[in-house]
Amino acid sequence: MNHSPELIVELKRKTIKVRQEIIRMTSIAQSGHLGGSLSCVEVLAALFFHQMRHDPHNPSWEERDRFILSKGHAAPALYATLALSGYFPVEELPTFRSVESRLQGHPDSTKTPGVEISTGSLGQGFSAAVGMALGFKISGRKNHVYTLLGDGELNEGEVWETAMFVNHHQIKGITAIIDRNYGQNDGATEEIMSLEPLTAKWMAFGWDVYEVNGHSIKEILDVLDQSIQQRKKQVVIIARTVKGKGVSIVEGNHNYHAKTLPRELADKVIGELQERFDEFE
Amino acid sequence: MSLNKLIATRDAFGEELVEIGKKNKNLVVLSADLAKSTRTIEFATVFPERFFNAGVAEQNMMGIAAGLSTSGFVPIVSTLAIFAAGRAYDQVRNTIAHSRLNVKIVATHSGVSMGKDGSSHQSIEDIALMRVIPHMVVISPADGPETKKALRSAIEYEGPVYMRLGRPELPVVTQHINSFNIGKADVLQEGTDVSIITCGIMVHQALKAAEILSSQNIRAGVINMHTIKPLDVEVIHQAARSTLVILTAEDHSIIGGLGSAVLETLSCANIRPPVYRIGVRDVFGESGSTDQLMKKYELTWENIVQAVHKILNRNN
Repeated sequence: MNHSPELIVELKRKTIKVRQEIIRMTSIAQSGHLGGSLSCVEVLAALFFHQMRHDPHNPSWEERDRFILSKGHAAPALYATLALSGYFPVEELPTFRSVESRLQGHPDSTKTPGVEISTGSLGQGFSAAVGMALGFKISGRKNHVYTLLGDGELNEGEVWETAMFVNHHQIKGITAIIDRNYGQNDGATEEIMSLEPLTAKWMAFGWDVYEVNGHSIKEILDVLDQSIQQRKKQVVIIARTVKGKGVSIVEGNHNYHAKTLPRELADKVIGELQERFDEFE
Repeated sequence: MSLNKLIATRDAFGEELVEIGKKNKNLVVLSADLAKSTRTIEFATVFPERFFNAGVAEQNMMGIAAGLSTSGFVPIVSTLAIFAAGRAYDQVRNTIAHSRLNVKIVATHSGVSMGKDGSSHQSIEDIALMRVIPHMVVISPADGPETKKALRSAIEYEGPVYMRLGRPELPVVTQHINSFNIGKADVLQEGTDVSIITCGIMVHQALKAAEILSSQNIRAGVINMHTIKPLDVEVIHQAARSTLVILTAEDHSIIGGLGSAVLETLSCANIRPPVYRIGVRDVFGESGSTDQLMKKYELTWENIVQAVHKILNRNN
């Protein structure tokens, strides 16, 4: 795979900006899911800033690929990515979770440009994403559908109903990415409801499974390319990530599933991230 | 009223779906392993490329339909009412209705009248569950011909629709009505003493009751409230102005259904006649034939006649 070093650097810089915005908007709102937003930043950056065909100035462009955030509680990561893509002004991000805002606690397709379908109740975005891919299949269109699921979300029975459906109806145009951050609301995934062996589970359901370091832009871009080029059937990418990635006190700390940073600490962390951003100059 | 031609609303649905599918190529149909019961098997046979079986997995089926609707398809999702409104409630609420998606949920085997499968399969709360969801349209047709017209209207309408059908074969009572307008009730019979506001399988029972009452010099009006949401509030206020009492009749719990919707409408009206509700009285059903269950749960024309006598006597 030959992604230029310049592209990798550009995307890495974007991830710093996205993280700053996630921390800023959740600390202003004093509400929102910080850990699971920070863990999926690289995956979203790879998709929105490079992989997907989409036009932020024409969100209903028919030829666009689709992205569904099935783990809807990571809305801050999606909003920051959408804003930095140009779907709406970055200045709007601090309105997150406040009344009259277009940026609801969980993604709302009736309010936010770039949100394809409302999600938030876990398991449901995956089904809807597959329905979209089925629509493209039967109408002979080439649009690709990407969806991001949380690992805690895999507890939902609906996920496995959908996994069966995709295989049975041979819907190739779907790429499911799992944010494998090993944490869920009540604690570590393997303590709350064990998922392993996760790869074997997806293989048994008939999916082609890829595994990747979910914080390596290069690895994510490579596996996306590879999975598109060598595609024989539907694909799931298990992105191994760290919950709260990028903020040392939040990293791997299950207490930050639905907790935010106090304002002063958030400002300090945003400043540190800015130093890292400037190092790329 | 023609009593010699009986047709189940689910049969009319299955037939009309094929007819509409011939012209409307965007129509796609989903089943959760109940294509025979819901009669979508006919569509599946004629248009196999536009029919998708989700297996026994209603939650995923609703999500698949939601996704299909976003790219111009009109998905018809059909399963038993108990599973459509109950099992997949969260999917209907959070994915379909929340995004105001153009999905048509056609739910069969509603009410205790579905019969021998018993209470686990008898949906007596689906009207309540569906009408409380923002954006949702709720329709309960009275007979075969009305089901066909309602289906066409539902497909023409842009947005989520829940259509409530039944298993029993019913007499045709709407043959003289040519149009079907969502949200516009049909006054099947004018009355001056009592207004019977009803829907679905109870409409023909109400007409029979009105006929008997007429022979007793009691003028009963019959309103076919085929759309429970959006509700035709004007026809309810008109009934309140023109008759002494209102009686509602439905094969559904008396909590949250048509009767409740009528009461909500009249609760702050200037003219508020007494409202008596015929329906399942906050109990689960049981196994039995349709006729046995309609009698046991007091959902027959006799029960309507008795109720009218009781209220009019009390009022005098």
